[in-house]
Amino acid sequence: MRQKEWKLVITFRTTADAIAFEKACKANDKPGRMIPVPREISAGCGLAWASVPEEKDGMAVFLEEQNIKCEEMKVLFC
Amino acid sequence: MMGIYFDNAATTKRKPQCVIDAVIAAMNQMGNSGRGAHNDSLDAARLIYDTRERISDLVNLGDPRQVAFTSNSTEALNTAIMGLFDCGDHIISTVMEHNSVLRPLYFLESKGAEISFVPCDENGNLKVELLQSYLKENTKAVVCTHASNLTGNANDLYQIGEFCKAHQLLFIVDASQTMGVLPIDMQAMNIDVLCFTGHKGLYGPQGTGGLCVRQEIRIRPLKSGGSGIHTYLKEHPTEMPTALEAGTLNGHGIAGLHASLGFLNEIGIDEIHKKEIALMHRFINGISDIPNIKVYGDFSTDHRAAVVSLNLGDYDSSEVSDELSYTYGIATRPGAHCAPLMHQAMGTVEQGMVRFSFSWFNTEEEVDIAIRAMHELAEE
Repeated sequence: MRQKEWKLVITFRTTADAIAFEKACKANDKPGRMIPVPREISAGCGLAWASVPEEKDGMAVFLEEQNIKCEEMKVLFC
Repeated sequence: MMGIYFDNAATTKRKPQCVIDAVIAAMNQMGNSGRGAHNDSLDAARLIYDTRERISDLVNLGDPRQVAFTSNSTEALNTAIMGLFDCGDHIISTVMEHNSVLRPLYFLESKGAEISFVPCDENGNLKVELLQSYLKENTKAVVCTHASNLTGNANDLYQIGEFCKAHQLLFIVDASQTMGVLPIDMQAMNIDVLCFTGHKGLYGPQGTGGLCVRQEIRIRPLKSGGSGIHTYLKEHPTEMPTALEAGTLNGHGIAGLHASLGFLNEIGIDEIHKKEIALMHRFINGISDIPNIKVYGDFSTDHRAAVVSLNLGDYDSSEVSDELSYTYGIATRPGAHCAPLMHQAMGTVEQGMVRFSFSWFNTEEEVDIAIRAMHELAEE
């Protein structure tokens, strides 16, 4: 298994929200990728966006700009 | 004999090659959208999301997440009609409707809802000016088709949308005959729910369709089940589009729809419509001198679907259509067309109608063969 590390994990209400967010991130060169939701976090959708913890504040603003509601946003060691 | 296909209002038989290629590619490599975070699942989710975007852009919905996929218009219309109304509601509809609207409405009527049908004139045009006279205190919505599958006549959605807005009614539109054919602007037309199919004017695969739902509208789902989200909830999730998409989507079909929407964007729906309407006029002009031919509908405007329904004297429409098929290899649709109130209005319950409907892939040569065939049949 890969070594665990601190990650910013963002979860969503629906798959469509998750994919809309991934698309927006790619279009705006935001770092990260889709991962399955880690067990430490409860989520509606099985998809989560994982990025570096330093992105937390910026991602909150970016979500709002994109009119996408996340379900949770946490920094996890996973 | 190579057949000529003029039954495009039933389904556009010939599809762009890119649609066929996209379906085959999807069947070779597509995972299940929203059922994992591996590449195969993510690629499916991405393609399906892109398709939502293309649909949303086509009708100016404003939010791709408000596009829910169904297997066809009928499922979309059932979802909307069954999911928005209660037994005490009054709903205004029209005689132009297909059974995919009428039967869900009749079901609601059997449960205590009230339904009114706005009539049409002798050319099959809706008497929109009568809408007001059907208003009641408990009127909740207008449900109407964009264009009749029988005559091709189109309704003025701006006008009906304005009426709905003025009286705070929901506006549900059946775009089965017009999606990809006539321009639709949900915001400018005040449409709350737009129901469409993928396999007609969109040139996509059968088994695709959906609803475009304005953001504030909540529809009770027809189905519940697997969603890929909220696994431990006892109820089906309420978030769009998942709320209306229980079970695995028709990803392979949606991949084809994605490609067909690309095809439409490349050519432009105005160009496609212009060609289809030109074929329609060529056909009408070619048959207009046939004695005893009766053509139904209003051809004074090109804001319509490229459909010509007709009868030859007193001949049973099935007999004419069969002769066209058997002797000339021309595919048309005869009989009743799942639009019983329209047949009543046009006086063709017994005779039915022979419907010719044209597509981008038809040619002038094919139309000329049909014209000659109709002349020969009339002379017999």
